[in-house]
Amino acid sequence: MKNIAQIVCEHPFFHGLDGEFCDLVCGCARNVRFNPGEYLFHEGGDADYLYLIRFGQVALEIAVPGKPSVRFQTLHDGDLVGVSWVLPPYHWAYDARAITLTRAIAMDAHCLRKKCDDDPVLGYDVMKRLLPILTSRLHATQMQILDVYGTPEQPE
Amino acid sequence: MISDDFMVPEPVRVLRKQQELETTWTLELEPGGAGRRPFLPGQFNMLYMFGVGEVPISLSGDAGQTETLIHTVRAVGPVSNKLAALKPMDAVGLRGPFGVGWPMTAGEGADLLIVAGGLGLAPLRPAIYHVLRHRERYGRVILLYGTRSPEDILYAGQLEEWNKRPDVEVHITVDHAGGDWLGKIGVVPSLVPSLDFDPEDTVAMVCGPEVMMRFTVNALRDAGVEDESIYLSMERNMKCALGHCGHCQFGSTFVCKDGPVLSFDRLRGLLSLKEF
Repeated sequence: MKNIAQIVCEHPFFHGLDGEFCDLVCGCARNVRFNPGEYLFHEGGDADYLYLIRFGQVALEIAVPGKPSVRFQTLHDGDLVGVSWVLPPYHWAYDARAITLTRAIAMDAHCLRKKCDDDPVLGYDVMKRLLPILTSRLHATQMQILDVYGTPEQPE
Repeated sequence: MISDDFMVPEPVRVLRKQQELETTWTLELEPGGAGRRPFLPGQFNMLYMFGVGEVPISLSGDAGQTETLIHTVRAVGPVSNKLAALKPMDAVGLRGPFGVGWPMTAGEGADLLIVAGGLGLAPLRPAIYHVLRHRERYGRVILLYGTRSPEDILYAGQLEEWNKRPDVEVHITVDHAGGDWLGKIGVVPSLVPSLDFDPEDTVAMVCGPEVMMRFTVNALRDAGVEDESIYLSMERNMKCALGHCGHCQFGSTFVCKDGPVLSFDRLRGLLSLKEF
């Protein structure tokens, strides 16, 4: 059976992290599971945790007044759920709900932020891992906003 | 000298019509007086509505059967609205087939990564039919399909059938969905990094809105696929279909004659230019 340190350090988000740092961040981690339909967090709530999916599927949703929630992204094995934990005032910007049985690593955001603040080398490493994720999600959002399938690009 | 045959639309009958999506229909046409009109996956025909105009429409049927010609049409303008309103036994003008198709021979022996966005699945469907007909000639076959919402999935039944095959990997994603959709949500290029594939042994065929293709090309290049192995179906401003009128000129390329399928190494630097 793998211990939490192995699980954390084998997750794609932390894969390749210096062994000493890995031990350090493991102190902030615990295993969690979510049943289908269960929320990881709600919009406006305190971003106290970030979640690293080990297995499962999580949908990010936005509530639309008078209508069912709109799902705008799903995250899967190896993905990171939630980035608001790194941005003051640390509030979630959307809902996250498990679609299937989801097993994840929950990282205590206060704990991780403190360790990143205390050791800027670790903090910089974590930011370098986070930035490509943020960038790729920004690009995806740009494409969604453009609604490329919605209207033809050229008149007949 | 170009034969008049290529300039004069031949009247053909609509044999069958099927609604695919809210504004999208598939027309099954008789192949014309010659009785057969062979085509290559990726080629297109010019469909002419008498008194209205003419538009290029990709062939979306099986090139292995030439008894009928299949076109999937989205009603977005004056001509395509008229095409979509056609009924069985109505007449439509037909010229073609035209253009350079998908690299079915160049792709033999390699893994195929087929990436379709929205209605872009229609021009790729003949390539998929071809691959399935000659499955032994190709390595892994991965189909990525992205569209706006679950209600906008084109050829949904067929995608389901292909997904059941053990020798084809199908991944579908939508831009947004309601709570009853249990599949993936996100843009189709974002599926590429999660794939476990050998970029050096992969030929990618991509078709969809140009913005989607640009994002997809970036994802494929980031994954290590060579520019020469990425093929896109461009459908800019094709009018005469013969490379004469110049409307579709794209750098030194005439999309209708040299394409519509072009390898990315020929498009590099041009794709992000504003149309002229």
